[in-house]
Parts: sequence; C-alpha cells; structure tokens
Amino acid sequence: MTPLSRRHDFVLIFDVTNGNPNGDPDAGNLPRMDPETNHGLVSDVSLKRKIRNYVELARAGVEGHHIYVQEGAILNEKHRQAYVAVRGDEKSKKDAKLNPKTDAEADELRAWMCANFFDVRTFGAVMSTGINCGQVKGPVQMTFARSVEPIFPVEVSITRMAATNEAEKKKRDAADDSDSRTDNRTMGRKHIVPYGLYVAHGFISAKFAERTGFSEADLDLLLEALASMFEHDRSAARGEMTTRKLIVFAHENPLGNAPAHALFDRVRIGRDVDGAFRELDDRGLGNLAPARKFSDYRVEIDREGLPAGVEIREIL
Amino acid sequence: MAFGIRLHVRGRNALFTRPELKVERVSYDVMTPSAARGILEAIHWKPAISWVIDRIHVLEPIRFQSIRRNEVGHKAPAGAIKSAMKRGDLAGVQLLVDEDRQQRAATVLVNPAYVIEAHFTLSARAGADENAGKHLDIFNRRAARGQCFHQPCLGAREFAADFALVPPDAPLPARNPQAETADLGFGTPRDLGLMLWDIDHAAPGRPSMFFRARLVDGVMEVPAPGSAEVLR
Repeated sequence: MTPLSRRHDFVLIFDVTNGNPNGDPDAGNLPRMDPETNHGLVSDVSLKRKIRNYVELARAGVEGHHIYVQEGAILNEKHRQAYVAVRGDEKSKKDAKLNPKTDAEADELRAWMCANFFDVRTFGAVMSTGINCGQVKGPVQMTFARSVEPIFPVEVSITRMAATNEAEKKKRDAADDSDSRTDNRTMGRKHIVPYGLYVAHGFISAKFAERTGFSEADLDLLLEALASMFEHDRSAARGEMTTRKLIVFAHENPLGNAPAHALFDRVRIGRDVDGAFRELDDRGLGNLAPARKFSDYRVEIDREGLPAGVEIREIL
Repeated sequence: MAFGIRLHVRGRNALFTRPELKVERVSYDVMTPSAARGILEAIHWKPAISWVIDRIHVLEPIRFQSIRRNEVGHKAPAGAIKSAMKRGDLAGVQLLVDEDRQQRAATVLVNPAYVIEAHFTLSARAGADENAGKHLDIFNRRAARGQCFHQPCLGAREFAADFALVPPDAPLPARNPQAETADLGFGTPRDLGLMLWDIDHAAPGRPSMFFRARLVDGVMEVPAPGSAEVLR
C-alpha cells in the first residue's frame, strides 16, 4: 500500500438537533461552551473517538484495521483466556517494565503498531519505547469544532417511574403521597442544544503519512468515517447529529500549495434569509428567529481564483 | 542578522504547558522558544540547520480558559507489543479507554497571536558544501505559500496554528490596541518568571533549560544559545 502523496485539509460541518454533542465534565455534563462567546464546542478527542468507533464497526476484524484505543471489553482477550485455560500453555511474561534495547527494535515495534492499528497509523500514539522517542505522530490532526453561532443549552427535567433500591422506595412511602402515580418517582436532568451547527478543521500531512504508512485507502476510509460516523453514534444523550458537509482541499504538492487558513476562509457560512445569504455578524439578523434547522443556514464555497494545484472535493 | 525570518502565527487557542503543571495542564502566558522552534521546524527543517529564536512579539491580550477532557492514563507498553509480535496475534495490545479514564483540565490561552523572529545556524551535521542561503530561500518560499511539512500547532496538536510570512521589508502586523497594557509590559517591564527555554535533546536524560522571561512593550527577548541567561 503506497502512502498518501498529497497534503489535504478538510472542513467538517455537522449539526445537532435536541441533543448534547459533547458534555463538559467540568460543568455537570452541560454542552461544552466557550465561556466568553457562548459558542458551542466539541473537543477534537470526541470527534476522534467517533472515527475510531466507526472504523471498528465498519472494518471489524479486517487485517490492519484494528483499533488501539478501544471502548468496552475486548472479545479477543476473552478468546485467548479460553485457549489458555484449555491448553494450559502460553505463559505471558510478567516483567515490570520492558524497554526495547536498540533504536532499530523501537522502529520495528512502531512499524508493527502502525501496520496493525488504523488509529495509530492515523492519529498516532505515545508508546513507552525508549526515552522520549516512542511517539508515533499521526498524519491526521483535528481541531476543536465550534458552533457558527452562540448556542443556548436547555435543561430538561425528566422523571423515572421506579426507585433504584428498597431504601429509596421506603423513603418515598413514608412521605405518604396520596397520588399513587408519583410513587417511586426519581427526577433526572438532561441538557440539550435545541440546534447547533458546528465546524471542525482537519489537516492531513503527506509527510507524516509516509512515516506511518497512511494510504489512499485509509484516506477514503477516514472520509467515509467523517461522513457517516454520527449515523452509528445514536444515543439518548446525542439527539440527532448529522454530518452536513465535508469539504476536502487536496493539494498537488505534498507540502501543500496554499495556506490552510486561506482555504478554510473560502467556506463561508451565513444565515439563509428568504433564500439570500446573510453574514452571521449582520446586525439585521437580530430580529430573526433562532436557527432550528440546517436550511436556516447557507454554506457557500468560494471557488474563484483557487490557488494553482488545489482541488476542492465536496464529499457531502 | 543575515538569515533572519519573521513569521506571524495565530490561532484560536494555545497550550504551552508549564512543566511544573503538566498533569492538569496550565499554559505559560506567552509562547515558549521551544514551541516557536517547533513551529518553524514544521515548515522547514533539515539536520544541517538549527533554528534560533531571537524574540517573540505578543500581539493580543493574554487571556485564559479552562477545558476539561476525558483522557487515557497509559501509554502503549513496549513489552506487550513485543510479545504480541512474537505470538502473532493482537490480544492484549489494546487500551481500554473506559477502564483507564482520567479527567484532566487544561488552562489554555484564547486567541493568541505572535510574531516569531528567528534565524538559523548551520549545525555540526551540515556537510562542507551546505549553503545557508538555500535553506533560507526554502523556508521563505514555503512560509509565503502556506506550505508545511505538517500543520504547525500552538503547543498541542488540537490547537492548529495559522501562519504567514512577514517579508523582510514589510512592517510587523499591527498589535491589538487593547493589548497595550501593563500585562504585556507596556509602561514597566513585566516579569514572567522562569520559562522553559528548550530541552537539550543531545545531553543524556534530556534536561530542560530555563530562562527568566520578561515582556517589554509586548516583546519577549530570548537569550541566545550558550549565553549565561540560559539556566540549566
């Protein structure tokens, strides 16, 4: 498999309806927000988690597409335990710490990890091989996603018609509420964003791809994952999340043909007012109802005077 | 200075982690010289040259924000990988994130913008026919076109850096007038305390080197390599 030979930059535009795209552990799982501007945030690691989950689903058990940073139990590990129990061999050594003796050995370990694990090849990983040199820097770098307009999170109280345990039930009974319907009731809380359109930027370095063996096929899989990762991440908390646009700038030169920020500026997002494009900081928008669907926004790509050697690929 | 360059970098956030506060990371107030070197090396570097940071101009007010994320607690153990290679199956190599969870806060800078002034010197690994002008041209060409080896970042890879070359005869990008406060050393110099200068990758154990950082009218002078101001 030949490594990727061109630099790519991409813009990922996704939205959320009545869900929490990324909870903030510091704020009681409220949707992440920029405290100064109230723009919503989704961390880079949250998006990478979804890419990993998608690849794990779509390429389960496929050679070279294992996922290193996994969620949940590993079935293989269980299988192995079964083998060990039946055959009684395979005594894995229990050394306290093992470091490769030579640089060549460290390289070999790194190469093996890159060949077997999609996420190591793509995002890199820190491995404790040798002193401060066991890092795989992956070609794909992602930034925080940010909502295009300030978000307004809503707290929704919910109830559950059951008690967690006997003690809780007794306490409720003692309170002697005559309405039997409210017996055993527990109150809960959900935080949702009624609607938010988020933009994340990503960078794919062809030179790092060379080092980890990230190939054209891996790029296709990555783009496939970006386009459909939310389709396989449904849960009570997320609401409806969808990738709306995925715009890839492919450079002819492995080092690139234009500054990334100049390319990202070509993707303009504004409000759709009766079919016309309006800038988001347009003062006239103040009287407009808040955006509640994707069609309230317009995404335009400025293709005029594109730098030579840059190709725009609209995946979605 | 013969081979001086100036690079304008900015981004939405930055995290130049203080080595003493690196579990729950807290950023330095200003970009460190080693982070600046990393940005230049992301654009152009060869073993024949080494970048030397001369000064860093701070263009925006220093502001912080806190971000807490779920992170994993462990690195990939080399021993487990080796035994898996020998055995020929992948069992036991994976990392289980939900059993190895650490929630860590990071105090990051908001909307930082800098101008890095730097030059390079030919290193001991340069061949006899090495030409300094060549590397300067390559760097200037790449930076002007937005080319890079990999997208440079402001301290951590999730905080990508936008960069633009400041041509030799062009004036510096304008500083945000709101930034001209005592915070950036306008009026009286501001002492930023000890700051990481760089890490000595050549010495055994890779020791860190520090310097006493001061902001004078928004500019941080960086001591030259080998000078008495670089503390070990």
